[in-house]
Amino acid sequence: MLIIDCPWCGPREQTEFSYGGEAHIVRPPQPDALSDGQWADYLFMRRNTRGVHLEQWVHTYGCRRWFNLARDTVTYKIAAVYKPGEPAPGSTT
Amino acid sequence: MRNRYSIFSLVRNALSYHEDWQTAWRSPEPRQHYDVVIVGGGGHGLATAYYLAKEHGITNVAVIEKGWIGGGNTGRNTTIVRSNYLWDEATHLYEKSLQLWEGLSQDLNYNVMFSPRGVLNLGHSLQDMRDIERRVNANRLNGVDGEVLNAAQVKAMVPIINASPDARYPIMGASLQRRGGVARHDAVAWGFARGADARGVDIIQNCEVTGIRRDNGRVVGVETRKGFIGANKVGVVAAGHSSVLAAMAGLRFPIESHPLQALVSEPIKPVLDTVVMSNAVHGYISQSDKGDLVIGAGIDAYVGYGQRGSFSIIEGTLAAIVELFPTFSRVRMNRQWGGIVDVCPDACPIVGLTPVRSLYFNCGWGTGGFKATPGSGWAFAHTIAHDRPHELNAPFSLERFSTGHLIDEHGAAGVAH
Repeated sequence: MLIIDCPWCGPREQTEFSYGGEAHIVRPPQPDALSDGQWADYLFMRRNTRGVHLEQWVHTYGCRRWFNLARDTVTYKIAAVYKPGEPAPGSTT
Repeated sequence: MRNRYSIFSLVRNALSYHEDWQTAWRSPEPRQHYDVVIVGGGGHGLATAYYLAKEHGITNVAVIEKGWIGGGNTGRNTTIVRSNYLWDEATHLYEKSLQLWEGLSQDLNYNVMFSPRGVLNLGHSLQDMRDIERRVNANRLNGVDGEVLNAAQVKAMVPIINASPDARYPIMGASLQRRGGVARHDAVAWGFARGADARGVDIIQNCEVTGIRRDNGRVVGVETRKGFIGANKVGVVAAGHSSVLAAMAGLRFPIESHPLQALVSEPIKPVLDTVVMSNAVHGYISQSDKGDLVIGAGIDAYVGYGQRGSFSIIEGTLAAIVELFPTFSRVRMNRQWGGIVDVCPDACPIVGLTPVRSLYFNCGWGTGGFKATPGSGWAFAHTIAHDRPHELNAPFSLERFSTGHLIDEHGAAGVAH
């Protein structure tokens, strides 16, 4: 079982949390202007990274707040925890 | 075929103490170029090669496998075979597969131990029963066998099941597909490998594909640990690693890879002669010919390539199994493992062409690919041979995510997502 370090509550067991999918998928600012292909990309296409994956989690049975993890999808080791709005670790933006 | 199996070959080899059996397939070094390269030596990939050779006469084919054949999900699933899906498109594809299962041992001259012992899908609420009736009616309209059982009929069929109305989730009935059942998963990989090899297909193990080489929008071959292998056409059947392979060709797929776990108990005497599945409490169970109980768990929600999952998932599944079968509460579990399943948003596969010419993908079977092994290979072989999908797999294109024509089979897929 993963021990996830909630940025608000500290380390807790994985069963307290729910997985929220790939992080940093930005909602299209102009949905009307999107082609079908762009909609498909936004709605369905995923990085599905083998390696360090940036993903959203929510502390369902705790503070019920969202945050992001950088987690290795092969070793399952958590490399970093960061709050929504914060830049991903290692990114330049 | 090099070595046809029969009662006579068995007797003949018994006289030499079974020390002179030929290997079931060769282990050649890869050639420089093939007409078709199949990436992935699981059941689906080997079946594709087999049907390319058998149905389309294309024998200059290599199956390239990273590890050993059948060592991925083919050897890690719970071997359930059925075709009782809800929507027409899925039903037709899985039913084609079931029909191939019914003659597969004879066709391959290899005993895949297909055992149509029936598959029960339990209902625990009025809504479950409405869904079951809808699905059985849809199946029957498509010519697929199906029956709706009430609780007493389920109890009569599976005497050890807890049919008490006081159960936490009482059993109200079930759907039954009598033609469904189980098969021996390893034998399926080995049988297809032997059949493909006998028709000239090269099976190359321990040879990871590291790149997909393209020229002017067209695939020209694959980079591997044993060097470049040229190909007129490349079919990728890589299950959990499909996104990794897609990225090598500059493609993005609507797939997420998750760990899916299963476990088997110590062998016990015959006690369960059918397959019991329950979506609501999430457990599915059968008993192998060896006697072990084969139990399937659910997937972990997170993306995972680690071939292992969370203990809490197993705990939840075993809680459901023990509630359904109190008599199993003291059975010891022998082994537990995980496989990486490639899940599509609509729980249906992608079998078809890609934006790269002569590059084909067969993936996204998610939690239920084993039952589709022969049908998937059959349809994919047709797709590769003719450079267009067969009508059976045409609805399962990558384009459906742009057109919106999804085929939602989460209800019939049978594994909690």
